[in-house]
Amino acid sequence: MEWLGEWTRRLGMLLHRRQFDADLEEEMRMHLELRQQEQIESGIPADEARAAARRRFGNTMHLKEESHIAWGWEWIESLAQDVGYGLRSLRKSPGFACTIILTLALGIGATTAIFSVVDATLLRPLPFPEPERLVIIQDDLPGVGARDVGMSEPEWQDLQRSGIFEYVSPTWFDENNLTGSSEPARVRVLIVAPTYFALLGVKPQLGRTFNPEDHSPGLIPEVVISDGLWKRLFGADAHILEKSVRMDTDLYRVVGVMPPGFDAPGRIVEERNIEVWPATSFYGLPMPDHPTRGRRNLPTAIARLKTGLTVAQAQSRLDALVASLQKEFPGDYPPQSAWTLRSVPLQERVVGNVREPLILLLSVVTLVLLIGCVNAANLLLARASARGREMAVRQALGAARKRLIAQLLTESLLLSLAGGITGLLILFFAKDLLLPLLPENLPRLTDISISWSVVLFAAMASVFTGVIFGLVPALHTGRVDLTNALKQGARGSTGSGDQARTRRMLVVTEFALSLVLMVAAGLLLRSFWDLLRVPLGFHPENVMAVRTRLPDPNDPKADLYGTAEKEAPFLRELLRRARTLPGVEEAAIGDTAAIPLDQSLQDLKRISEGQYLVTFEGRDALGDQPSVVERSCVTAEYFHLMGIPLLRGRLFEDADNNKFPQVAVINEAFARTYWPNRDALGKRFRRNREGSPWITVIGVTANARTTSLERAGVPQAYLDIYQTNEKRLAIFLRGHLDTALIPDEVRKQVQSVDATLPLSGAQTLTETVSASLAERRFSMEVVGLFALTALLLAGMGIYGVVSYTVSARTHEIGIRIALGARRQNIVSTVLKQGLQLAVVGAGVGFAGALVVSRLMAGLLYGVKPTDPLTFAGVTVLFIGVALLACYIPARRATQIDPIVALRHE
Amino acid sequence: MHRDEIPPGTLYLLILKTLARSGEMHGYEIANSIQRISQDVLQVEEGSLYPALQRMLIKGWVTAEWGTTAENRRARYYRLTAAGRKQLEVEVRQFERVIGAITRVIAAV
Repeated sequence: MEWLGEWTRRLGMLLHRRQFDADLEEEMRMHLELRQQEQIESGIPADEARAAARRRFGNTMHLKEESHIAWGWEWIESLAQDVGYGLRSLRKSPGFACTIILTLALGIGATTAIFSVVDATLLRPLPFPEPERLVIIQDDLPGVGARDVGMSEPEWQDLQRSGIFEYVSPTWFDENNLTGSSEPARVRVLIVAPTYFALLGVKPQLGRTFNPEDHSPGLIPEVVISDGLWKRLFGADAHILEKSVRMDTDLYRVVGVMPPGFDAPGRIVEERNIEVWPATSFYGLPMPDHPTRGRRNLPTAIARLKTGLTVAQAQSRLDALVASLQKEFPGDYPPQSAWTLRSVPLQERVVGNVREPLILLLSVVTLVLLIGCVNAANLLLARASARGREMAVRQALGAARKRLIAQLLTESLLLSLAGGITGLLILFFAKDLLLPLLPENLPRLTDISISWSVVLFAAMASVFTGVIFGLVPALHTGRVDLTNALKQGARGSTGSGDQARTRRMLVVTEFALSLVLMVAAGLLLRSFWDLLRVPLGFHPENVMAVRTRLPDPNDPKADLYGTAEKEAPFLRELLRRARTLPGVEEAAIGDTAAIPLDQSLQDLKRISEGQYLVTFEGRDALGDQPSVVERSCVTAEYFHLMGIPLLRGRLFEDADNNKFPQVAVINEAFARTYWPNRDALGKRFRRNREGSPWITVIGVTANARTTSLERAGVPQAYLDIYQTNEKRLAIFLRGHLDTALIPDEVRKQVQSVDATLPLSGAQTLTETVSASLAERRFSMEVVGLFALTALLLAGMGIYGVVSYTVSARTHEIGIRIALGARRQNIVSTVLKQGLQLAVVGAGVGFAGALVVSRLMAGLLYGVKPTDPLTFAGVTVLFIGVALLACYIPARRATQIDPIVALRHE
Repeated sequence: MHRDEIPPGTLYLLILKTLARSGEMHGYEIANSIQRISQDVLQVEEGSLYPALQRMLIKGWVTAEWGTTAENRRARYYRLTAAGRKQLEVEVRQFERVIGAITRVIAAV
């Protein structure tokens, strides 16, 4: 505790400095006077006595300083001096200060903005207790090239008994029609085990969650609802817990309301914005009663590891479990399918696919900040050379080099802190404008805030930049050659050769950094461009899709649309009415998976139903080739409406109804992959699930990029919607449509057939295609914007250096002109100088860009990381900018009037 | 008369001992006292008392308070604290150890 008392005393001294100085002064004076008096009393003349007393006492000034230093606060005093001096000298050149502060404010602001996103998504743990114990369990069949195939109910029971997990809950995303409020609404539902909320460790804001011990069959007639739904549909009714809701005609009691801001942990936005949670033990109607192991009807599961287990330990125990189950049930787990269970940290699952683009953005913005620093350093250096005389005088008067460096660093830190504060303020006021620019699918969007860690980051970034850009000029000052600097001072200082060299080096650095950025942006732009021009294989123009969903009640007897046969009349009526809508030339119906390029819908389908694995007639059920295909259910009109041409065979006909064997139209990629060199027509395949019927191929269409723009030739099967019991429907309309009115028109028609059906997601296909590029567009635009900023800064940098040299050489150029040098020669001398810098910078940047572009290979489409066109184009652009930036000072040089120039001194 | 500089590092010891003997003193008195008791052999560069006193204040070995002298002058009186007394013992022990060692070296034949 000794140090505590010591620091209290030191602090006390700091707070009462004036008193301290006065005390010391008085004490010493008294001492001197007493000694003097003593001398006088012993008979020495007064002035001699005084000198003697002083001699015995020592150097008062020095002793005072030493006493002062003993308290250890002199650094604060010199800091206060430096700050005061720095502020005064910056106030004297406000233009200079503003330029630097704004440059840094933009740099630090932008870096902090991106960091706040990274912080919320990648760095902050998920908002659950002990989030590191939460994992997702996925079933893979790598032997047949299938991942994430879903889990069967017996496998879930095995996991719960395995001793690896505290709780395991399958999660099953679904949509439901919620009725009872004014308008039927589509709600997002996550069917979970009763242990789900206990597993996550979250509490409701009202009521309770499920009893984790409830093992009753079928769906428990209780639901937990989200805060959003409670407010939206029930007006935040305080008596909500006494109410029941009807979903797909089944009645559920509301037992709890989750707190605002509770997002279900999911990868895509739909999966996160869950509105209703029903619970079940996943057996008993409407689910199969303890199905076999092969029936993987549970799409995925979330689990909490037992305390003390790491994910790696859990994985090795899972591997052991898999091995023992394979031995126990060899029929269900044939060795060639190579069944595995994978536990993935929940955080990884939620944010895994945004990590790479976010890190790219953060690196890019850091580069921009660095370029900003280099620019600021350049400006400071220019100013330092103008202040060379001041520094030389101060040094000549005995200022220590350390003090001068400290002084300059203080000034640059003042600038960078001002920049940081300005940046943070801009961010604070602009955050509501910036947040909507983020792609909607970004996980944990609502967690993004200017938190303490973000402020801390900004502070650290400010200090870091301040030191970086302040260090170069500061170190230079220390090396000033006094004699020269003082002599030079008389003639408008031009700065030493040393400084000029450093400034040129800075410009080269700046150019190199911006070239790296421009190459990155160029590659992203080219990827985007290529994707825009990719032949789609279908015509999205003038097509609109509107979604609806048929109810799916728990009791099959209550299901009005329970079979394909019951559903067909509704579909035919809907199609008939759709054709009568104003402007409609063609209409078709499909399931939501038939909407092209809607990534979220396709992900949803995969999440709610698992991958569509197929087996082929006459082949081993779990053969050694990949057999995952995309599938959608459509009416025959779909193909013409979309502009997907039939190549062979026929389309669906009225005769293909539920009484006849199921048929399918497949695309060319499907035919080529699974029946290479053979005619696919008439061949049969079926879903790799017990009891699935055989499906006969009746037609082959051309490939269309309906799954993803990036991937060509994805095997695709189209089933006849009249033969399937698909309940998530999309109505497709082509024609000259009034996009504002159509959704309502469709709603009227649908609800006049069945008033309980909700409508949602009306969108033109052009919008869907464009939305599928949203994330790419976002990264491209941000990187592009930063790259342009960097280019501008680099241009300014080279302009600054060249125009500075021109003005410093006015005298020399004047003489040359007077001696008859041609203007052309002057221009080319100046240009050559600038060009030299640009070429060296571009060369260094070129090498850097090669490294960086390889790191971002995963984000590119269609271009190689070493794309020569991008590299060449960017380099040419750079040289162009450099020439332009040098041309202005070069022209100024030619206009120098020799007479004025020679009088310049 | 020739006066010796005090050996380095012993200034604290001298001040502590002086204060321990006489309760409280101001700077001038301390300087005089050291000189007198050492029979004018030890000479302190009087001013250097003050930085040393500051350091001792920080360490908490002494406290300082303003008072008045017999001649009715304002003076700052220093007084030993408990920690100062303890430190005096430490310093004395250390000094004796060093001097003892040096004496042994000199006495060795």
